Amino acid sequence: MPKIKPPVRTPHIDMTPMVDLFSVLLIFLLLTASFRPQEAAVITTPQSVSEKTAPDADLMTIFISKDGKVFFNIDNGKDTSTHFRSKLIEKMGEQYQIKFTKAEINKFGTMSSFGLPIKDLKAFLNTKDSKERDKLQTGIPMDSTDNQLAWWVRQARLTNVGAEVAIKGDGDTDYKTVKKVMDLLQDNKVNKFNLVTNLQKQEVTLKELPPAGK
Amino acid sequence: MAEIIQEEKGKKGGKRRAKKHGTHIDMTPMVDLMCLLITFFMLTTAFSKAKVMVITMPEKDNKDQQKDQPQISAIRTLNIILSEGNKVYYYIGMADPKKPPLPMLVKTDFSKDGIRKVLLDKNRDLFTKIADYRDKRVTGKIVVADTTLDSEIKKMKRDDKKGPIVLIKADEKAKYKDIVNIIDEMAICNIASYAIVDLNPVEKDMLKTAPK
Repeated sequence: MPKIKPPVRTPHIDMTPMVDLFSVLLIFLLLTASFRPQEAAVITTPQSVSEKTAPDADLMTIFISKDGKVFFNIDNGKDTSTHFRSKLIEKMGEQYQIKFTKAEINKFGTMSSFGLPIKDLKAFLNTKDSKERDKLQTGIPMDSTDNQLAWWVRQARLTNVGAEVAIKGDGDTDYKTVKKVMDLLQDNKVNKFNLVTNLQKQEVTLKELPPAGK
Repeated sequence: MAEIIQEEKGKKGGKRRAKKHGTHIDMTPMVDLMCLLITFFMLTTAFSKAKVMVITMPEKDNKDQQKDQPQISAIRTLNIILSEGNKVYYYIGMADPKKPPLPMLVKTDFSKDGIRKVLLDKNRDLFTKIADYRDKRVTGKIVVADTTLDSEIKKMKRDDKKGPIVLIKADEKAKYKDIVNIIDEMAICNIASYAIVDLNPVEKDMLKTAPK
């Protein structure tokens, strides 16, 4: 009698625990990832081989767009108790004799980068229309009579002494605008900058070394 | 032998009912999508940290800087001038109008055979030394920590006495990415000492007569 093979049973794996775990992981990642706030101008940074990453906190960033507009950003510090942004806007308000209300200071504390002359800042903070807001962002003035960027940097450094400075410039910006920003930073005794770049690995191995004695 | 019971409930006898299929949702696409989403979030949160290139500038003196400049040998100086259209000019030595003739500006670019070749040629010894050290570490002949590697390379650069001293200058029409590219080349070619300085009037004139 030929052996009767038992019919092959397709194994029945219950996928429920796996799907459960996937949902948990997904929700975790979704919550720990914070969305990057909309930046006022699109900036394509140049490429470099540098692999160092920017510090997460205690960083002030100066954005320079292709047409030379300057934007500024500073974070609230590693800890939620140090409200650097609120302190900064109060100090700048004193400097320029503009009184900011509590609501405006709080709004500023939650915002990110901005680029507009300080006289428009009140209107900017109060407007709810995003188009209106975009129109007001004409860049922080850097002219020699009223170098607002210098004041923002100076007050930011006084508020957060350990802050590092990052410069995020577009590759096609004129170098002289960037040089102006770097000069202004050096005037404020900042000599070390972090230039934000895209990573592009380029390595020269010994074999590629051109022969000596050309 | 037991038979596979495909249906959980047996057919009810009597009145024929329309067979009610238990709704069978195939979860495969959903699990696929979840896998994809998880992978996406895992990778993007890691990539969102921007990469930076650190540069340190010398202290800006408001006094007359010429007095305190240490004497650097003319043969080791390599002056690079960046101009519009990603053009890179260079000349070796000093351009002193009191000691004619002025050096000729050589035109090159950012390609592998351009300024990189010049830099590698001038920096041959230091580059070989650092590349050797890195190779030895990669192949396992020397076992050092990352921080030791960095400090060793810094030491080699500090002790180097034969490599070029590069002075980087940019004219008004240069773009930001040109400066970033040239500083990048400094890192790729392991140049020990370089500085970004202002273009002086002699060089501005030299640029006018330079090859286009």
